[in-house]
Amino acid sequence: MEKFSVYVPRLTTKKEKFAPGHRACIGCGEALAVRLACKALGNNMIVVNATGCMEIVASQLPYTTWRTPWIHTLFENTAAVASGIESGLKAMKRKGTGPTQDIVVVAIAGDGGTSDIGLQALSGALERGHNFLYLCFDNEAYMNTGIQRSSATPFGASTTTSPAGKMSTGQFTWKKNMPAIVAAHNIPYLATASPSYPFDLMEKVAKGAATPGPAYIHIYSVCPVGWRCASDLAVKLGRLVVETGIFPLYEVENGKYKMSIEPPQLKPVKDYLKLQGRFRHLSDDTINMIQERVRREYYNLVEKAKNGR
Amino acid sequence: MAKRTGIEVSIAVSDAVKLVNADVIAAYPITPQTHIVEHLAELVANGELDAEFIPVESEHSAMSACLGSAAVGARTFTASAGQGLELMHEVLYVASAMRLPIVMAVANRALSAPLSVWGDHSDAMAVRDTGWIQIFVENGQEAVDNVICAFHIAEDKRVLLPVMIHLDGFHLSHMIEPMFLPEQSQVDRFLPPNQYPLPLNPDKPVTMGDFAPPIIYTEAKWAQEQNLRASKETILECWCSFAEIFQRSYSPVESYHSEGAKTLLLTMGSFSETAMVAVDNLRAAGQDVGLIKLRLWRPFPFEELRQAVRGAEVLIVLDRALSVGGPGGPVCSEIKAALYNETKKPKIVSFVGGLGGRDITVAGFENIITRGIKLAKTKSKREFEIFGVRE
Repeated sequence: MEKFSVYVPRLTTKKEKFAPGHRACIGCGEALAVRLACKALGNNMIVVNATGCMEIVASQLPYTTWRTPWIHTLFENTAAVASGIESGLKAMKRKGTGPTQDIVVVAIAGDGGTSDIGLQALSGALERGHNFLYLCFDNEAYMNTGIQRSSATPFGASTTTSPAGKMSTGQFTWKKNMPAIVAAHNIPYLATASPSYPFDLMEKVAKGAATPGPAYIHIYSVCPVGWRCASDLAVKLGRLVVETGIFPLYEVENGKYKMSIEPPQLKPVKDYLKLQGRFRHLSDDTINMIQERVRREYYNLVEKAKNGR
Repeated sequence: MAKRTGIEVSIAVSDAVKLVNADVIAAYPITPQTHIVEHLAELVANGELDAEFIPVESEHSAMSACLGSAAVGARTFTASAGQGLELMHEVLYVASAMRLPIVMAVANRALSAPLSVWGDHSDAMAVRDTGWIQIFVENGQEAVDNVICAFHIAEDKRVLLPVMIHLDGFHLSHMIEPMFLPEQSQVDRFLPPNQYPLPLNPDKPVTMGDFAPPIIYTEAKWAQEQNLRASKETILECWCSFAEIFQRSYSPVESYHSEGAKTLLLTMGSFSETAMVAVDNLRAAGQDVGLIKLRLWRPFPFEELRQAVRGAEVLIVLDRALSVGGPGGPVCSEIKAALYNETKKPKIVSFVGGLGGRDITVAGFENIITRGIKLAKTKSKREFEIFGVRE
């Protein structure tokens, strides 16, 4: 397309619900993803934020980055707070004592707040079928507390609690497949997204918000500080992670799997790993092992999408 | 005029929640709170109460859902006990500091280990400093009345704090007692609609739950302290207007035959009724004894307590919780602290009893008073005694 940069901004709103001036680090992929998600969500939303990077960088008494109703309470209870908000609004609307418009309740949390400490509250809220959208911004470790490993940290990554050393190749477990856990709850809408594919991300967020019942989107979020990579790499890594098959983009709509993007040929995982200090200690053997597993899991997923489930 | 009927206290508490027309109930089952939430679920299922019942997957989520519900301005209720209250612990602090008017009934239960589903005040004492308004009730009527009052107090714009109503597990929650269930018209007259001043609403965005750097945290806590302390005036006001409509009145500290009595016993919760009979018996036998019942636990009624014990020579405090390795009963510690700087104060004797559902009978209370008077004279080396323990 000619004059791409002239036309593209017209495809989305200029209004920023996640206002500039927050204190996210330079090159933060998560802040970019939150900003894009907010553009897709519009005016009638309430954001419930878990403790974590996005809560810390965007709030501090008496300031706020949020130009939308926003609440933070604790770390592990985001989905439960969202349950209460949704139920309160529902009851008051029915009884004619609260807001009459349809309000989208959006819960946002990091990978630790989702796949570790907040897993129970999330599972409960999904199972009960509340009408809300849950966005997990996955930067693959506890970045806010200083780069400690979580169950979403990929195999081999060196973090402050899974350091590489003479007796260790870094994280010794494989990344927990959070979208698969969510899919097992049989919710109406689930997707993965990367801010390097902004329109795909925004479309999925809008779709999730419009879905009656629970919706979940797992969003890849580059953390240059925690991953020890250059601060101008967030967008590049967000593409490479998809092109290598490490983080495939897909949707599960009413149990039906659908790939969002299928690269004709997967790039080697080494292209992705070598840009990040957290993987620099990995031997060729270990990289081959990772390559093998990524390939296997990716084609399993593609197969599922071919069969629809 | 309301009719006096026999009803299980837990059922009556849920009926009170129906009378206030709650919007959201989020609860997780735990003995001995279960009858309260079961009956509420039933009322919602039968369309007798138009509310959302959220059957959450834990107490942590129960209280968290209550935060969300109260933050959008919905009238919110939950109930818990023992371990459940402990699992909620960190959320309780958030509810009060963020000034969310939630009402919770606690069917007081002992804490594990060993596991005990039976009643004592260990759970209540563990949440003492959570910033909630806390009221102990002694019978079913008080439970019903104070659950209704709790919404009035919590939602008052000068207060906006969560309220806990402590009722003893089993000894009170599972009793069938005669009581007046208020009429709907009376409750409607008494309780205004919940109008939370700044709810989460896209029409007027607010940010709730910012973090506080050291430069402002202390001031935030000071504001909270002022707020909770000042709530006592509103609580007294609420009890006054309740009395006008329902002809039943409450006060932070209640006295029974304590006027001029040399020896006073202080109790909380349902044991107070048994203790009253013991006091009657001892007075009939010529002993100069009276009873003090501490109803308002937070904010602590310093003035009322000092007034109530004025002139007494011996004050015996019965705790239903144990501060292990510490001064004994947590209530007694607070009573001592409240009286320490008084020039004239009674000798204070600390008993711990009724742990894990063990009953204290009328004869038991007579023994406690007699033994207390003796200990006050002889100066025991022990900080406290556990009543009836097999050593």
